[in-house]
Amino acid sequence: MELNAKIPDGPIEKKWEKHRFDMKLVNPANKRKYSVIVVGSGLAGASGAASMAELGYNVKCFCYQDSPRRAHSIAAQGGINAAKNYQNDGDSVYRLFYDTVKGGDFRSREANVHRLAELSVNIIDQCVAQGVPFAREYGGLLANRSFGGAQVSRTFYARGQTGQQLLLGAYQALERQIGLGKVEMYPRHEMLEPILIDGRARGIVVRDMVTGELETHLADAVVLATGGYGNVFFLATYAKGCNGTAAWRSYKKGACFANPCFTQIHPTCIPVHGDYQSKLTLMSESLRNDGRIWVPKRADDKRPPGAIPEEDRDYYLERIYPSFGNLAPRDVSSRAAKRVVDEGRGVGPTGVGVYLDFADAIERLGEDVIAERYGNLFEMYERITDEDPYTVPMRIYPATHYTMGGLWVDYNLESTIPGLFVIGEANFSDHGANRLGASALMQGLADGYFVIPYTIGDYLARTKFEPLGADHPEAVATVAEVEGRVKRLLSVDGKRTPTSFHRELGQIMWEYCGMARTREGLNEALGKIPALREEFWENVTVPGEAMELNQSLEYAGRVADFLEIGELMCLDALEREESCGAHLREEYQTEDGEAVRDDEDYSHVAAWEYAGEGKKPIRNVEQLNFEYVELATRSYK
Amino acid sequence: MKLTLHIWRQQNAKSKGRFVKYDLDDVSPDMSFLEMLDVLNEKLIAEGQEPVAFDHDCREGICGTCGVVVSGRAHGPRDRTTMCQLHMREFKDGDTLWIEPWRAKAFPVLRDLIVDRSALDRIIAAGGFIGAPTGSAPDANAIPIPKEDADLAMDAAACIGCGACVAACPNASAMLFTAAKVSQFAKLPQGQPERYRRVKAMVRQMDFEGFGNCTNHGECSAACPKAISLDHIAQLNRDYLRSSLRADRRIVSEVGAG
Ligand SMILES: Cc1cc2nc3c(=O)[nH]c(=O)nc-3n(C[C@H](O)[C@H](O)[C@H](O)COP(=O)(O)OP(=O)(O)OC[C@H]3O[C@@H](n4cnc5c(N)ncnc54)[C@H](O)[C@@H]3O)c2cc1C
Ligand code: FES
Repeated sequence: MELNAKIPDGPIEKKWEKHRFDMKLVNPANKRKYSVIVVGSGLAGASGAASMAELGYNVKCFCYQDSPRRAHSIAAQGGINAAKNYQNDGDSVYRLFYDTVKGGDFRSREANVHRLAELSVNIIDQCVAQGVPFAREYGGLLANRSFGGAQVSRTFYARGQTGQQLLLGAYQALERQIGLGKVEMYPRHEMLEPILIDGRARGIVVRDMVTGELETHLADAVVLATGGYGNVFFLATYAKGCNGTAAWRSYKKGACFANPCFTQIHPTCIPVHGDYQSKLTLMSESLRNDGRIWVPKRADDKRPPGAIPEEDRDYYLERIYPSFGNLAPRDVSSRAAKRVVDEGRGVGPTGVGVYLDFADAIERLGEDVIAERYGNLFEMYERITDEDPYTVPMRIYPATHYTMGGLWVDYNLESTIPGLFVIGEANFSDHGANRLGASALMQGLADGYFVIPYTIGDYLARTKFEPLGADHPEAVATVAEVEGRVKRLLSVDGKRTPTSFHRELGQIMWEYCGMARTREGLNEALGKIPALREEFWENVTVPGEAMELNQSLEYAGRVADFLEIGELMCLDALEREESCGAHLREEYQTEDGEAVRDDEDYSHVAAWEYAGEGKKPIRNVEQLNFEYVELATRSYK
Repeated sequence: MKLTLHIWRQQNAKSKGRFVKYDLDDVSPDMSFLEMLDVLNEKLIAEGQEPVAFDHDCREGICGTCGVVVSGRAHGPRDRTTMCQLHMREFKDGDTLWIEPWRAKAFPVLRDLIVDRSALDRIIAAGGFIGAPTGSAPDANAIPIPKEDADLAMDAAACIGCGACVAACPNASAMLFTAAKVSQFAKLPQGQPERYRRVKAMVRQMDFEGFGNCTNHGECSAACPKAISLDHIAQLNRDYLRSSLRADRRIVSEVGAG
């Protein structure tokens, strides 16, 4: 397949402006003649749906939760970046652009990233106007903090609940449009398949999760804002319901899946503690502003943390990366933690963890200041571990947190299926091989508030639409396809629960496609996953019926898709024979474990194209050109 | 440890429900309450029974999806804690727990422990927003906001919309939920233009949904996992009174023109 990224020409700082001028407009009176489906109500979906409705389009919005306000974005803690330079510390749109391209280890598209940096400033304005209560200084102006991978303070935050406040802002804008009748909201509805007519996305098949009814919804364009697929690892910081189904089903209908192996392992999560465990909890990276990370110098040092004197501690990030210290980027910090644990220097009952210590910060700033900055995080930690982080250092360890990979989109955020747009974490666009902290919220809102309302208009204005009914043969066939899959899941009637399959898949993924990957390991996983999938379809048990509220059925469908996504991730990891960002292939690293990129052969996006059941997917390539940021070895030393 | 659980089972909104007794061994004190239910469900599925349906998502106390009543207390025995963050170390070996859904006329049970809380969304749709269409905002620092006000607004905005306040209230009132939103915007300059029409519209919707009246029991705030303060209700009452002194203008604002 020919991938055309449709990057506008001209100098990078003029591309978006020029493109906005070149795009076709739909005149205000005609907008109400068009309809758009938005799947997802997270930051990307809610902001997109609300903004398009404000313009006059008829919008239908779907989410699997009981309310759009509960989308996974609600859980983001730390903050959102914007190049406001309110701190006068040398920030600029160009610096945010530069940091993001570099942070992504030169595997993202420059033009997209620059647009993101430009729009970052509008996002903060928009959110403040909506009443988002960002943290402020005594003078009444907005406060900032710094985040990993940056040397300026450009992160805006609302205590440790930034995602919640930003999402509520977008949700309220969405509810306003629902109240005005411009958005029809469908909570507890799960998209199970896109509907393509004459090669264009014209609708979706959803299951009403209360009645079990399969419904057909048709529109002129479909926008996926369904979030990331990181739950493929089973234990992850994602909400339990997050899934890859919408993206995966679209992939199987012709949308290319880009860089699936680029998954972020976040350095600061609460370590695993038991085998009944259902998820991992993130401790915001903002904690690294004031916490110091360390392990004992000697592997056999089993003293409690308080009994280990300064000289026997190894503040390894400060030692190895003196200029970034505890704020080294996520991939770098995660791998460093893995190394010290592999050396036997890990802490806690399992030995799989490192300390994040606030003693110095509390001494310097006082407990009050620390409580104000991180109170809710400390409380969350205490609830889970029964330990008080004000007196005992936290124990942390990396966990899966974000997927940089996702459906391939062009500059307009349109996938390889015409009329199917993808925004937020569900697309692959802006973070390359590693996302910097506080950049996902920024991207979700940039896509939703400021990009999709323009690019969708251009698509609608350029396209001729035939009126459609739910009785169109393609729509009917898609419903039948979904019905078949639901029946099949319910009829296996085996012995193992969906959870047990998911857990096992997660172990395979973590072991072979986690923080460090090898050719042998990936080949091993590529043998194990199809075998597990085969067993799933022969031995899974899904109780209950199709036509009722059935959580086991919902879950089994998601696990079935994860069993396919995991395989594509391993294949992508195998065929990317270099290390970059979060993707570390052990064959390609320096002696001290830093990633070695191969720009000659891999300075590209790998966009996988479905080739049919049982066939190896096709690896298409979008070459990346770096005209502004010079390709350089990333160093945070 | 061993527990005896009496769990509300109900096939769907139309059928009648009842408590069913389950014995569960091997409960670890480090499990969360929801992980304990997971373990029960895995066991039920393995035995060919239908698992207990319960709502949950983030499992870190922020999405507001989870919530059941445990032996008479919304979100269980620990203050300021959602079900997903409650750990089994709060209970003792041999305890008997009664687990049931939120009970309120405005929250019909959909299945087992799952209720329909969409009435809360409709209260927001009626007025719980600031009408600031995308693209219309001035610079974020154009209007300084005293830190105290921003902090108070944030205190109110911390509501996770779980509905525990309704479940805990003897009148099943949604006053705390509604007041938190009214109060958040009342503290901010951006919230002033729609202040009085907002409070009116939200209260009207709340009544329309069948929530009860607030008679100042204070159970809501006690059950609230985010400890949202009763002060917000006082704020709502003041604003509501003032709004009724104003001429009754059209409540819902016009469509924003993007
Ligand atoms: C614990 C945590 C903390 C984080 N902290 C930060 C931070 O501080 N800063 C930052 O920038 N980023 C942070 N992130 C990342 C960021 O929160 C996410 O990447 C971002 O919010 C994703 O937003 P989204 O709109 O793309 O998707 P989501 O918020 O995941 O929303 C997905 C939506 O799609 C719906 N959906 C999914 N599948 C279907 C389906 N099949 N049918 C119907 N609906 C469906 C869901 O119901 C939901 O509404 C954090 C992530 C986690 C896990
Ligand atoms: S599951 Fe999100 S608050 Fe409990």
